[in-house]
Amino acid sequence: MSEIILTPKEQPQVPLEAPNIKPDVFAGKTIDEIKEVEINYGNDTVKLSDFFDVEGTPGETAGEIKIIIDGDVSNTKRIGQQMTAGEILVKGNVSMYVGLEMEGGKITVQGDATVWAGQNMRGGELEIMGDAGDYVGSSYRGDWRGMNGGLITIHGDVGYEIAEYMGGGKIVVKGNADHMPGVHMSNGVLIIEGNVTSRTGGEMSGGTIVVKGVIGQFLAGFKYWGVEKNIQVDGEDIPGVFYKFTGDNAIKGANGTVYVAVAGNKHVAPE
Amino acid sequence: MELVNNVVCPFCGTLCDDIICKVENDEIVGTYNACIIGHSKFVHTEGAMRYKKPLLRKNGEFVEISYEEAIDKAAQILVDAKRPLMYGWSCTECSAQEVGMELAEEVRAVVDNTASVCHGPSLLAVHDTGYPVCTLGEVKNRADVVVYWGCNPFHAHPRHLSRHSYARGFFRERGRADRTIIVVDPRKSDTSKLADIHLQLDYNNDYELVDAMRAALKGHEILYEEVAGIPRDDIVGAVEALKKAQFGILFFGMGITHSLGKHRNIDTAIMMVQELNQFAKWTLIPMRGHYNVNGFNQVCTWESGYPFCVDFATGTPRYNPGETGSNDLLQNKEADAMMVIASDPGAHFPQNALHTMAEIPVIAIEPHRTPTTEMANLIIPPAIVGMEAEGTAYRMDGVPLRMKKVVESDLLSDKEILEKILEKAQELKASK
Ligand code: SF4
Repeated sequence: MSEIILTPKEQPQVPLEAPNIKPDVFAGKTIDEIKEVEINYGNDTVKLSDFFDVEGTPGETAGEIKIIIDGDVSNTKRIGQQMTAGEILVKGNVSMYVGLEMEGGKITVQGDATVWAGQNMRGGELEIMGDAGDYVGSSYRGDWRGMNGGLITIHGDVGYEIAEYMGGGKIVVKGNADHMPGVHMSNGVLIIEGNVTSRTGGEMSGGTIVVKGVIGQFLAGFKYWGVEKNIQVDGEDIPGVFYKFTGDNAIKGANGTVYVAVAGNKHVAPE
Repeated sequence: MELVNNVVCPFCGTLCDDIICKVENDEIVGTYNACIIGHSKFVHTEGAMRYKKPLLRKNGEFVEISYEEAIDKAAQILVDAKRPLMYGWSCTECSAQEVGMELAEEVRAVVDNTASVCHGPSLLAVHDTGYPVCTLGEVKNRADVVVYWGCNPFHAHPRHLSRHSYARGFFRERGRADRTIIVVDPRKSDTSKLADIHLQLDYNNDYELVDAMRAALKGHEILYEEVAGIPRDDIVGAVEALKKAQFGILFFGMGITHSLGKHRNIDTAIMMVQELNQFAKWTLIPMRGHYNVNGFNQVCTWESGYPFCVDFATGTPRYNPGETGSNDLLQNKEADAMMVIASDPGAHFPQNALHTMAEIPVIAIEPHRTPTTEMANLIIPPAIVGMEAEGTAYRMDGVPLRMKKVVESDLLSDKEILEKILEKAQELKASK
């Protein structure tokens, strides 16, 4: 196993973009070569070593490389973009698009992420110990095929429109979600352990959403099926008592499923 | 006194093309046919202060400089910046916008127009769902059911109602009497007073209402007895009225594009319009504000593939409103220089964005004194398009119209100013 440690020098006001910070790019390179790897600074191209100290033991293949970012990169975007193997550990906060289009390997962020974490994710694992922003596991603007594989776990809260156009894979949110989780979702599993503000599963055509907390307001386009106990989702047993809905019938032929915990959610079940 | 006929009004997206200007000593002194807002623009309302010379802020005070110096300075600011933002564009003509796109690419800027704070959500929804539009002429001649959702044309587009929904048309010989007008608005407005049906929904519940309407349209029972504060039966009744149309049109404005959910409200509304076509001919038109806001979205799309919020930082156009919108760049403090043209963010952007504007160099290409020019480091005054310079603008329904030059001006046009900045920027970059 090779460990390559990147220590941020400073995070400039104009953001950095570093899709090249991933095991796939570092594989087969010496530490000196890694220092020369290009990153973007606004509309300029600079060297990785302009903004990071680089040390550690290089590795031959992506799968054996673990990149440790030892500090805050809250103004660096696109870390781990399209990575296929290996590991990235960020010991601080990250900026937008962490794990964008990732296909394999694992990214762990010990702090918070901002918007578009795991956009169009295809595989692998993305774990964020803090909060993430809007559009976790969403699609690219205008794309109606979003995340279709892999696992995203957010331990904190998330913002608007997570799992937008999700077509596969799994997202688990331990905290709360704001409006429209699973909007336009067509497949896959979204589990929210906290509360949801409103519009769960808006325009969803397939897939499953489980909300264990309290929903502020639910959509009238769904059909109500009654109460179910101890449900099974994606081969996993989820204990508890849930209201079951299918829809969103605003969409023709929709067959998405939304389970909402009975506790605290009497207002979403029609009388 | 001379009368100039068939002038196109350079104010709102209605883009009225029947204005007559009264001209005396090379100055517009009056108008026929224009509404009060359009008229005020033509005759320079009292109190408006016009710039005649470029101004540079030195030690806090503006000093007059030549066009040449101003253009050098502007090019220098843009070339030096790492994340320049070029914002505005909605009150100028398409060929100036075209040069602006070239300049943005040259200096690797982010280029964005006022759609980003008005119908940007509509543009986002259009990517996801499509755009079943028609022209205003078709509305006048054919529409028998007219829906105004979250808009108040009575005040925002003053001649819209008389020209398009009250007017007699080929198949609507009695004008207003041949049409059903439905207003969806949480407020009572002067437009809602004219409506046959007013759905007075709860604030920020547009998405909930459309969701219920779409489910009803497909024959499903609406889950709750009341949605968005409107009883189930009234929602079903409204859906029936939409289905019975011969030719339906949905006009929509800021009341739905900027209520909770933004582009998702428009996405579901557009899909409802598409689905209504199984029962009747249905179309939609966004009520665009600035007279050529649509034109910029057209130009930007044919130049870069995206309608607004285009980021040229890497040399390849990229697009992601939320990251590359002007307010995103300003509020996240990413932008390190800004050029404003043909708009007034100083008056319309939130405080957080203005804080950044106050800290970075701002170039304003602007004919009048505005809150933006108050914050600017450099002001370059252009001739006003549609009065002192000609060019093309796109009406809200996508019909391009030729704007006239009615009177002469000594000032350079937006296009000429941008061409000179572009030339200078190319020179500076070549010598870098
Ligand atoms: S409605 Fe709009 S375009 Fe027509 S005259 Fe008034 S401001 Fe000008």
